[in-house]
Amino acid sequence: MSERPSQHEGTQSVVRTVVLHAPVERVWRALTDHREFGAWFKARIDQPFEVGRTQTGGMLEPGFEYYLWSSTVVTMEAPHRFSFRWPHPRDPHARSYEGEPTTLVTFELEPVPEGTRLTITESGFEAIDEERRAASMRENAQGWEIQAQRIAAYLGA
Amino acid sequence: MTTFAALGDPTRLSLVRRLGRGSRLNVSQLTSGMGVSRQAVTKHLAVLHEAGIVSRTEAGRQTVYELRGEQLAEASEFLARISAGWDRALERLRAHVEEG
Repeated sequence: MSERPSQHEGTQSVVRTVVLHAPVERVWRALTDHREFGAWFKARIDQPFEVGRTQTGGMLEPGFEYYLWSSTVVTMEAPHRFSFRWPHPRDPHARSYEGEPTTLVTFELEPVPEGTRLTITESGFEAIDEERRAASMRENAQGWEIQAQRIAAYLGA
Repeated sequence: MTTFAALGDPTRLSLVRRLGRGSRLNVSQLTSGMGVSRQAVTKHLAVLHEAGIVSRTEAGRQTVYELRGEQLAEASEFLARISAGWDRALERLRAHVEEG
């Protein structure tokens, strides 16, 4: 893990680290070009990532298509740090997630001999209450059920 | 206060850890060795109670605190699920940048 000073908030966070066999510049582009981000994340993002700007769009991941994409870019320090805030809505079917509590998603890139060490930190869960967690769990269960049905249909066909 | 916010304090986190082994403890027991005043511990316990993390029962003249496991389990399941979501996304990112 990197020893860089943390810019994350709060104490409740999710941290994932991977080493990717690609140069930092390549990973940086995959993260900060909104079309590339959308391609691997499975989302349609309608506006480019720019500091202080909000992006809108929709999720494309099967089972989650009714979810909106919403992000507001906080940091863009090429090619090392990119962060945005995104909402955890109480009702994902809502037409807008404005005013919903957000968490901060930070991508930190570090060159290593094999390529790039990428650390993703999602922090600020202090803002997420039980009701929103419960909504998110229900949605997730539903998503998995849809996925399972598709797999079953595929295998059984 | 949300579960995560309530847990976002070192004293409250230690109180939760102490209660974590299925212990039922009163304020005196929870204060001993904590390095903060009984009054402070009482305040922190009130926050934990309000957030639904601990339950309290009156036992004679004592108030006994106990962890409500389901609340913490649900909160940690939520974070585990967020984690798993990022793991899936990271594998797609890997395929994207390593094959591209």
